[in-house]
Amino acid sequence: MRYLSYLTIGIFFGIIMYKSEAASWFRIYEMFQFGSFHMYGIIGSALVLGVIGIQIIKKFKIKAIGDAEMNLHPKKKGVTNYLIGGIIFGLGWALAGACPGPMYVLAGAGYYSILVVIGGALLGTFVYGVVKDKLPH
Amino acid sequence: MNLIYDPWPWYIAGPLIALTMFLLLFVGRKFGMSSSLRTMCSIGGAGKISDFFKYDWRAERWNLIVILGAVIGGFIASRYLSDNTVKINPEVAQQLSEDYGIASAGQAYLPPELFATQQLTDPFVLVLLILGGFMVGFGARYAGGCTSGHAISGLSNLQLPSLIAVIGFFIGGLVMIHLLFPLIFS
Repeated sequence: MRYLSYLTIGIFFGIIMYKSEAASWFRIYEMFQFGSFHMYGIIGSALVLGVIGIQIIKKFKIKAIGDAEMNLHPKKKGVTNYLIGGIIFGLGWALAGACPGPMYVLAGAGYYSILVVIGGALLGTFVYGVVKDKLPH
Repeated sequence: MNLIYDPWPWYIAGPLIALTMFLLLFVGRKFGMSSSLRTMCSIGGAGKISDFFKYDWRAERWNLIVILGAVIGGFIASRYLSDNTVKINPEVAQQLSEDYGIASAGQAYLPPELFATQQLTDPFVLVLLILGGFMVGFGARYAGGCTSGHAISGLSNLQLPSLIAVIGFFIGGLVMIHLLFPLIFS
């Protein structure tokens, strides 16, 4: 039952990513060229509703299913890893035109070259795990 | 307007993404897509090489199910709900075509110049796709999250680290498009 809910949420998310064109290389390129409000509107409106919703959750102490606490842990403080990691991520995001969520959506849509991108992302994740203790955080 | 085939506008998509995040919070999880990459590394045995992957991945199986759903969603949307073309700003499309020879905006969902399967035999394209993916995977773990985990979840929870990461995302993206693309594609 739980797994069915995860699967349903995933399908819902996949359709939104594809139908909003947030999974399109062209839209990512256009966003970084400031050529359209589209991507900024998507992220911005999600964010405004997200901020309001999370404030409501906190104010009224709304619980997750099974009376569990909501998974809203504060992020560890820091600057270096967030900034450098973020810049590296951004370079890849613009080059491949896809971030992790849309990569899977595109695989399902039948763009099989994206599997190479996913392979690269797995490799990148793995290499981070190997060298992480040598990196500034 | 054709509700099925036309792309969804931002004011539909954005709120639905917020809804996705709240649904995941409600079922006791969180909205963050890149953790699935770490889970897959753990399942593949990466824990033998780095402690970073030595954790109970069974507890993280849920994110693989979400990912499986995203794959199915992509299949459904591309087969039944889309004409699989993306129209962008005509000036940007023209610039892409003139400067980089990518002339498929408006006719495809992804540029076949980079994503057509037969292009994988071109070493330039292959390296570009692997490198793009590598930086996404490496950067997401270094920064502790990606677009969903930081730009949506983290910023919604007013996390300063997420703001720093998102600023990084845009610095990286702008450097790639404005400084490196002219070098890569010339």
